[in-house]
Amino acid sequence: MKKEYLKIDKVIGPLIEISEVDDVFYGEVVDIIDIDTGSIKKGKVIKIEEKNVIIQVFQNTAGLAAGNSIIKFTGESFNLPMSLDLQGRIFNGVGEPIDNGSAIFSAIEANINGRPINPMSREYPRNFIQTGISSIDTLATLIRGQKLPIFSGNGLPHNELAAQIVKQAQLGENTGEVFGVVFAAIGVKHDDEKFFRKSFSEANIMDHVVMFVNYADDPIAERITTPRCALTAAEYLAFEKNMHVLVVMTDMTSYCEALREISSAREEVPSRKGYPGYMYSDLAALYERAGMLRDRKGSITFLPILTMPNDDITHPIPDLTGYITEGQIVLGRDLFQRSIYPPVAVLPSLSRLMKDGIGEGFTREDHADVTNQLFASYSKVQEVRTLSQIIGEEDLSQTDKKYMAFGRAFEAEFLNQGFDESRNIIESLDLGWRLLSLLPLTELDRLSPENIKKYFSQES
Amino acid sequence: MVMSKINKEIGIISAINGPVIKGKNMSSFKMREMVTVGEKQLIGEVIVLEGDIGTVQVYEETEGLKTGEVIIPTGRPLSLKLGPGLLKNMFDGIQRPLKKIQEISPVYIPEGIGLLSIDDKKLWDTTITAKLGDVLAEGNIFGLVQETEVIQNRLMVPPNISGTVVEVVTNGLYTIEAVLVKIQDEKKEFHELKMAQEWPVRTPRPNAYRRETLVPLVTGQRVIDIFFPIAKGGTAAIPGGFGTGKTMTQHQLAKWSDADIIVYIGCGERGNEMTEVIEEFPKLLDPQSGKSIMERTVLIANTSNMPVAAREASIYTGVTIAEYYRDMGYAVALMADSTSRWAEALREISGRLEEMPAEEGYPAYLPSRIAEFYERAGSVETLGGGEGSITIIGAVSPAGGDFSEPVTENTKRFVNVFLALDKNLAYARHYPAINWLESYSGYIKILSDWYEDNVAEDCIELRNKMLELLYEENKLLEMVMLVGEDVLPDDQRWILEIAKIIKVGYLQQNAYNKEDTYVPLEKQYAMLKSIEYLYEKGREGLKLGIPTSQLKDLDIFNQFIKMKYTIPNDDLSGIDRLKDDIDRFYDKLLKKYVDLEGNNEKRIFKN
Ligand SMILES: Nc1ncnc2c1ncn2[C@@H]1O[C@H](COP(=O)(O)OP(=O)(O)OP(=O)(O)O)[C@@H](O)[C@H]1O
Ligand SMILES: [Mg+2]
Repeated sequence: MKKEYLKIDKVIGPLIEISEVDDVFYGEVVDIIDIDTGSIKKGKVIKIEEKNVIIQVFQNTAGLAAGNSIIKFTGESFNLPMSLDLQGRIFNGVGEPIDNGSAIFSAIEANINGRPINPMSREYPRNFIQTGISSIDTLATLIRGQKLPIFSGNGLPHNELAAQIVKQAQLGENTGEVFGVVFAAIGVKHDDEKFFRKSFSEANIMDHVVMFVNYADDPIAERITTPRCALTAAEYLAFEKNMHVLVVMTDMTSYCEALREISSAREEVPSRKGYPGYMYSDLAALYERAGMLRDRKGSITFLPILTMPNDDITHPIPDLTGYITEGQIVLGRDLFQRSIYPPVAVLPSLSRLMKDGIGEGFTREDHADVTNQLFASYSKVQEVRTLSQIIGEEDLSQTDKKYMAFGRAFEAEFLNQGFDESRNIIESLDLGWRLLSLLPLTELDRLSPENIKKYFSQES
Repeated sequence: MVMSKINKEIGIISAINGPVIKGKNMSSFKMREMVTVGEKQLIGEVIVLEGDIGTVQVYEETEGLKTGEVIIPTGRPLSLKLGPGLLKNMFDGIQRPLKKIQEISPVYIPEGIGLLSIDDKKLWDTTITAKLGDVLAEGNIFGLVQETEVIQNRLMVPPNISGTVVEVVTNGLYTIEAVLVKIQDEKKEFHELKMAQEWPVRTPRPNAYRRETLVPLVTGQRVIDIFFPIAKGGTAAIPGGFGTGKTMTQHQLAKWSDADIIVYIGCGERGNEMTEVIEEFPKLLDPQSGKSIMERTVLIANTSNMPVAAREASIYTGVTIAEYYRDMGYAVALMADSTSRWAEALREISGRLEEMPAEEGYPAYLPSRIAEFYERAGSVETLGGGEGSITIIGAVSPAGGDFSEPVTENTKRFVNVFLALDKNLAYARHYPAINWLESYSGYIKILSDWYEDNVAEDCIELRNKMLELLYEENKLLEMVMLVGEDVLPDDQRWILEIAKIIKVGYLQQNAYNKEDTYVPLEKQYAMLKSIEYLYEKGREGLKLGIPTSQLKDLDIFNQFIKMKYTIPNDDLSGIDRLKDDIDRFYDKLLKKYVDLEGNNEKRIFKN
């Protein structure tokens, strides 16, 4: 019989400290029972020092005080019941149903922290997922099993973009494979969550979606468990039930802020901008749960969304994320302000896994050439634009004027596309060729002669 | 069972804080001693001892540990088993083979699997070279095992042991633990020599003395071999923000450089990158041996989601393995991707120890740890009298891509080659995104003889000239950004044109292209030489007043941009043909102008 404790020594933010505790283990889950109402909050042991124990409480600690609660050590790690019935359901950040449905019962339980995947057991992801969005499919191709975040900023249409990807991506419908979506909302506004719910039901996939929701006004500490619960569900569906799972998670910035808040409550030595030194490892423990396995059919494709504070890509949150994920899709405010949707800033965007998933047999043999050339030419456009701001577009050389025209067309026709518009990869590549033909052939040094012969025709 | 063997005290866990735990009753433990922790027998290492209280960093997940569980000493520091079976294998940060772990648990890495190491059941075909009565000193070779198709493992007398051979086995099949040779030292004590030896990871293996490094590590990468060469036995750092190409560059070096042995440490990076290596390397053939490059490769994988203390150890595990092969007389190249993750592991452990932080939370001993690591590189005379070397190439992942942060700054102090990756080059997909203005190699001088003897008399001269041209271009581009290209005089515009060829046609090297991924030095030189040829031809024209626009023949320029793809690595005749094209074009052009001028003169004369 596990002991129960009545005395709380200290409450600091989301942490409580109790003393004279015996026989608890690191990571043990505790129930904090309100004596008056009987309501239960969950917490977890995060530090043991002799008989003193620090517990991180996942719900609000307001009102907690010595004497009004019972601390009960459960003898369990943080486990969640796993079942196919998770699909179509909505849970809070600690995995309790909030959709008035019944609790999930299952003999299978999984620790939400997961365990590191052995690199020997992984399979290198290689399959192209068509999202129907030209900028992504052509320039930062999404690969099944990839972790590819959207780096956004406040007020930018990252939710729309994520919803469009969920709606249009060929996750498995056509191939007869089973797919699912796991959606985690971390510290989001109610409106945002509603938007996603609406778009899932419009896409008729609500039955395939598992949702974990921590609203902006929900407790901070629950943000730590929300992504873990979601990824645990995703792992179960992908690797036990052979499904192709797309995990959409927003907003990772709220997650990191929660991490910082708890770290500072623990009085840890901060690294950059007050974020804890272990934030890289902590984020990696989440992101690395994506992928494919050699002897399992399913996959986890991971599309986290984060908002860059002040649109600053060097801020620790996007910075550490970029160091872990397999590329990034960056949204640009200037494009957004010019009403270009989706405002994908292509130059800093990157998909590290696309190299093996494009080309002959996957997309089309000219894909790599077109990608490289569009990047090179569009990056030249930036230089020419800077110059034209100084000397005026009139005084640009003939070639530079063509770059200006190419840049405008590229943004208006290639980047810009409707929220409901889906272009297949062939259409996108053809569009790329058409735009490149605005430039003199001599400027196109990334294209092979064979591809030029086959696809290039100069517009008059 | 372990308990009964050791009549030492047993520690009792008194505090747990992530990977750092404290124990009581540990006064008889030693600093840096390896211990097992708790019922699950997690592996750990003593990192602080204060009287009765010891602090242990645990190499496995600590969830589930309780106070009151035991800490058992092993009597030895964290050590590696060094022997045949390291090559072609992949290990975690404390040398446990991931393949064996997979047999225990198919997908995820569980904790509490204990210490595993290289295969001690496998029988190796062993040739004993020592004979009865031979006197063997430390580092001497007493036997040979063909470890892989290309690498012979030279069985060495471990450091600090010597004596006369009193027993030898016959040639045959043995495991790494079988006693092969017995020697008796001066004190009449016997020592058993086996294939495998143990060595503590944190202690550098001894050598006779350091030699000078006079030979480059030939990598097949133009920007490195020609512009910023790395000496065998030297040190290099590759700093760069995320996505700028550190891992790609390290992979390229692991694949193509002309070292005998590659030790590749994935330190706190992505699982998929290690998977990629396992899937790809066996299929790639080494240009030297013609055999799979995996035959010479040891992989260490402590991915970012694995326990952070083992990440700290992985660097030492890697370099100790490198020293082991160096001691056999091999040229070893070690890649560590990324040393920043190792530094962060130090920071995390230091934070949990509540040590006083220096810059950005890093411990004050960060610089000395970095220095100690890079100091384990070097070209040496081995104890056995051979020549071996370790080249260390460390990736650095600066926070925010800013090179003024502590890890980059301190690394810069201790390495001789600095290959600075540039975000803007990466954005423009100029790969490898090595910035030629910020990068440097401190080995140019000592390697210049080698280049003169082995590549071409004027190789370094040519390199300097082309680099200056790039510096010049940079200055001109700054001007262009203010006033446009049109106002530049023709000779400066010609420099811009040639610099563009150097950048696109030469410095950019496509790792995904079969012909371009690895380029022999001969072609590297010939390509650059031909660019110089074009440059000089153009200058002749400039002297005659021919404008750049006319000097630039689109067909020739195109050939230069594409020559890395179109000219096969093993047949450079295309470069001669290109020179012929250049001659033809410029001779004609120049002649036209001379004639024209002649005519003009005549005309003037007439008037
Ligand atoms: N030499 C090259 N040839 C072709 N592509 C390259 C080359 N170098 C880098 N790239 C491209 O850049 C991408 C990012 O490179 P890489 O993964 O090596 O970056 P990194 O610096 O290791 O990033 P991180 O710090 O996040 O690990 C690659 O996926 C590839 O698309
Ligand atoms: Mg990398």
